[in-house]
Amino acid sequence: MKRRIKPQTAEKIAKGAIWTIALMVIGILIAIIVYILYKGLPVINWSFLTEAPRRMGKEGGISSSIIITLSVTALAVLIAMPFGIGTAFYLAEYTRDNIITRIIRFSAESLAGIPSIVYGLFGYIFFLEILGLGWSVLSGGLTLAIMILPTIIRTSEEAILAVSKTYREVSFSLGGTKWQTIRKAVFPSAVRGITNGIILSVGRSVAETAAVILTVGSDLKMRTMAIHFYQLVMEGISMENAYGTAAILIILIFFINVVANMLIDRFIAKGR
Amino acid sequence: MPDSRKSKLTTKSINLYYGSVHALGDVTVEIPECSITAIIGPSGCGKSSFLRLFNRMNDLIPIARVEGEAFLDDSPIYGKDAEDVASLRKKIGMVFQKPNVFPASIYENIVIGPKSHGTENKAVLNEITERCLTKVALWSEVKDSLRKPAQELSSGQQQRLCIARALAVDPEVILMDESCSALDPESTAKIEELMLELAKQYTIIIVTHNMEQAARVSDMSAFMMIDEEKIGRLVEFSPTTEMFLNPKDKRTEDYIEGRFG
Ligand SMILES: Nc1ncnc2c1ncn2[C@@H]1O[C@H](COP(=O)(O)OP(=O)(O)OP(=O)(O)O)[C@@H](O)[C@H]1O
Ligand SMILES: [Mg+2]
Repeated sequence: MKRRIKPQTAEKIAKGAIWTIALMVIGILIAIIVYILYKGLPVINWSFLTEAPRRMGKEGGISSSIIITLSVTALAVLIAMPFGIGTAFYLAEYTRDNIITRIIRFSAESLAGIPSIVYGLFGYIFFLEILGLGWSVLSGGLTLAIMILPTIIRTSEEAILAVSKTYREVSFSLGGTKWQTIRKAVFPSAVRGITNGIILSVGRSVAETAAVILTVGSDLKMRTMAIHFYQLVMEGISMENAYGTAAILIILIFFINVVANMLIDRFIAKGR
Repeated sequence: MPDSRKSKLTTKSINLYYGSVHALGDVTVEIPECSITAIIGPSGCGKSSFLRLFNRMNDLIPIARVEGEAFLDDSPIYGKDAEDVASLRKKIGMVFQKPNVFPASIYENIVIGPKSHGTENKAVLNEITERCLTKVALWSEVKDSLRKPAQELSSGQQQRLCIARALAVDPEVILMDESCSALDPESTAKIEELMLELAKQYTIIIVTHNMEQAARVSDMSAFMMIDEEKIGRLVEFSPTTEMFLNPKDKRTEDYIEGRFG
């Protein structure tokens, strides 16, 4: 007879292994964040936030980069959100499986896996060369909108499909129309999943470099925080200011997360 | 006699197909007004499918196809003369097997139907809430916690809330698909009591696997079964006492005897 491990022992080993892995992952993440904040926070003060960079970023602050980052991201999300969520509802609620939905799904899935530099190149050719929009927040916002669109479609569609069939049935059985069913029965339950996809996209937009450098550019007063950071490090201009910029990036993303969740709790998920 | 009453729902040789599956074959019934009709029969014989014909829930299934006629009072449920499906469903409410409250407050669960039919006035909505919760004997239990999440109620209370939610749009018919099967005996007894009370005003059709329940609450019984060709058939439709004491069809007799065991 083969000797078998006692179930209680196996349980202990599994538990121990899972805990170790989880702690390691969390530990690494926390270590990175703590290290960057440790290096970056001392650099941050009022003038770092409110002054424009000088002498290639060696001196001055990063106010222009903060503004560019926020505008590019806001523009991208505001454009991608209605299209992404709309497409997701169309796919999940309004059509049966047909050739069009299969094409949309296949494209969304393929596009989600393409490296961002490809989007950057596309944005450069289409928005700068063909449409002549120039290096601008508009070109960057449009490019990032296209980049995050597949993610928003996929996460939203998953969230919508995860809403149990029974809520739909109940709504219809009460004489609700399709639109009322979507609004009152499906959306409130799907909104958290949809928002998670959007927050993910915001994070990606804020941190994006490749697609942005090709469309917004890397001019000192006209670049996002991620690019500013990249230039400071690559050109060996100022490690201190680079850490300061990174710390603000982290704080910003954290802040967006918290605010987004608070807004959902306050307005949409109210009473749900 | 129940069959002397005016008939509320009628079907004339109605057939239902799911793709190539012939789920219901030539079903003809007349369901009397303000009565309880119990649909019984083995699993998979088409009871739920039959129930869902009346409020056109089968419309939600792309492969489902209906042939034949069905009427609510004198107006056709299917075909080009049928009214729109939302107004039909407003008149024919449904209670499901599981207590499927929305993840919202008790109050929101009740008013969602009336709101979707255009009632916005707070006072009216409050009145509807109180009236419907009173009808299902839930008002005294929850009147101080209307803003609480409905999921915090016990499952028996949740199912009564679901009935109240269906009543809130002021239906004429209530369809109940095994609505007690997920509940404890005490909650079941409460809901049965409620059905008998509601039958004074509403036409009720229930699907049940519980023969005692059918015997206790229903006026009419419909026994369904699939035939040799796997088509769901209505074998017998008669007053419940008659069906249970003196079934006309051998298959009905076998089934009822087997179930009472
Ligand atoms: N959505 C569907 N798509 C395809 N076939 C279906 C669908 N719903 C039901 N059927 C088929 O129709 C037949 C009748 O099913 P139905 O659910 O009406 O039976 P039932 O009598 O309610 O069974 P149960 O007592 O188990 O609830 C079955 O053969 C079933 O497989
Ligand atoms: Mg069923």
